Amino acid sequence: MTNVQEKIQELLGDKPKNFIYMDNAATTSLDPVVKEAMEPFLTSCFGNPGAFYEIGRSAKIAVDEARKNVASILNCTPREIIFTGSGTESDNMAIFGIARKHAEKGRHIITSCIEHHAVEMPCKQLVKEGFEVTYLPVDKYGAVSVDDVKAALRDDTILVSVMYANNEIGTIQPIKEIAELLKDHQAFFHTDACQAAGALSLDVQELGVDAMTLNGSKIYGQKGVGILYLKRGVRIQPLIFGGGQERGLRGGTENVAYIVGFAKALEIADGMREEESARLIELRDRLINGLMKSITKTILNGHPSKRLPNSANVSILDIEGEAFTLFLNELGIYASTGSACTSESLDPSHVIIATGLPYECAHGSMRFTLGRSTTEEDVDYVLSVVPAIVDILRKMSPLNLDESMVREEGKGELHYI
Amino acid sequence: MSLPIMGNSQSDVSNQSGKSWMYSDKVKEHFFHPKNLLENTGEVDESQFDGYGQVGSPACGDMMKLWIKVKGDRVVDCKWQTFGCASAIASTSMMSEMVIENKGMTTEEALQMTPKMIMDRLGGLPGRKVHCSVLGDKALTKAVNDFYRKSGQIDRMKVEKSRVIDPDTNVTEEDIHEAVLEGALTLEKVQEQLKVGIGNKEVIPVIEELIEKYVTKYYGE
Repeated sequence: MTNVQEKIQELLGDKPKNFIYMDNAATTSLDPVVKEAMEPFLTSCFGNPGAFYEIGRSAKIAVDEARKNVASILNCTPREIIFTGSGTESDNMAIFGIARKHAEKGRHIITSCIEHHAVEMPCKQLVKEGFEVTYLPVDKYGAVSVDDVKAALRDDTILVSVMYANNEIGTIQPIKEIAELLKDHQAFFHTDACQAAGALSLDVQELGVDAMTLNGSKIYGQKGVGILYLKRGVRIQPLIFGGGQERGLRGGTENVAYIVGFAKALEIADGMREEESARLIELRDRLINGLMKSITKTILNGHPSKRLPNSANVSILDIEGEAFTLFLNELGIYASTGSACTSESLDPSHVIIATGLPYECAHGSMRFTLGRSTTEEDVDYVLSVVPAIVDILRKMSPLNLDESMVREEGKGELHYI
Repeated sequence: MSLPIMGNSQSDVSNQSGKSWMYSDKVKEHFFHPKNLLENTGEVDESQFDGYGQVGSPACGDMMKLWIKVKGDRVVDCKWQTFGCASAIASTSMMSEMVIENKGMTTEEALQMTPKMIMDRLGGLPGRKVHCSVLGDKALTKAVNDFYRKSGQIDRMKVEKSRVIDPDTNVTEEDIHEAVLEGALTLEKVQEQLKVGIGNKEVIPVIEELIEKYVTKYYGE
């Protein structure tokens, strides 16, 4: 056996398979309390909320109650909450809805270059429909600057969409400041807050946004449910026409169980937000510091402190993330990578590229997003196996990139030692 | 703290392990037991080998180096290093075995190696992985050509059938032709399939020209 084969044997040998889920930015598990809250509406209480008889009325009451609870967490009125089928749908609804409705006032949109595809793709589509889109750059930490928003603003700007916190690298964006800037401008301000929910304040009065997206699958609720907060007075063109549900803005019989579950999930997430965030920040920093210390040639992606409490993302030079992920998988650790090899489109992470790092760093990026089930032992276990995986993959790799050149040389240039 | 719900999913996940892999068992075997690897210890004793080939680029996410030893026109040793995903690593490992088994391929036989032969032995690869991760045959061709060059057998060198457009990925004009035929009609789509011109942006105008040529030819736009 070669040295590397021995090392793999030693690492994977007969280690018991764990279950360490560190991909909570992809999706979270379903909270049993949420499941329980949903249960009656999946079984006995199946009535259509639009129906006049008893089981219809009780479904309607449940939806109203859920709407009220969500509104109280967002500090808005229930009428300003629209239930949708996903975060992606809410983003599409906000962007298409606002742009198409207000096109006569202007056809210019501003967004950032690190948005989720659910915002990026509708913007691309709008370009085909005759709109113009300005993409805001980000700094090396992945943060948008308010000055750049100011510089991009035009008289014909009708919409600005900047995410609250980035899903890949966790950087928190200056939403309040952007909202402040837009106060005296006609442009509406939308933010995708899917990753921020449960970690940051969702008070829309405080944030000053006109529209905000949330979804269930990041807050220990169900997949397939989301909301769009739409400030009173903001008119949109609906995407789905139908039976007049959601004030005529989103047709289709209400998904009662999921709506009830979403409200419950948000209530739990918001209730434990501060305590849980403090706990996660400690674990996150333990993980980040451990990785940076134990592995040479590692770059932290995202801002050191202005980042989501659960998000750690590092680029490990000379190795590729998919191979790394598969080693973790063998050990029962579930995490993700910005490598092209795992994306359907074979594109490496556009977010890491946008921070000014070369493609090599996107291919070698690893994202660990912690969650409610994460313990200190989990973090320590990850830290105990990662150096060995890196060592194995580096011994297989012909690369020997020079870390010091990564940023100094600017975009896209890495040098061999 | 462990969520009660995870108690169930844990056993489900473990029961599925193996089946839930996106790759074949053969790929898994070669990925976790790489054969004929030349461990990267910083430097390589080139004098041990008779031919060397390198393809891919770190920017594309796949890169490989390959060394061969030739005795009596048979490839008796084939060592490699690969940066890339599991299928890139496994396919190089698989190919190195194919080259040296049965006393080794003749150099002529080695030049006949194709991605399909490697994939068949691996029990297939997910479709989108094929173009980018099976680079071994190209590295092997380079290594054999290098051997011919070094041993004064220039006339035996294999000349690329088709013009190489991107030296980083060894993507040829024929590859782009095929990609367009398969429905990749824009630079974006062709890049998704072939990862061409990602590390080496200077070649993009040539690629765009070729795409236009073939799109016009087949789709009349």
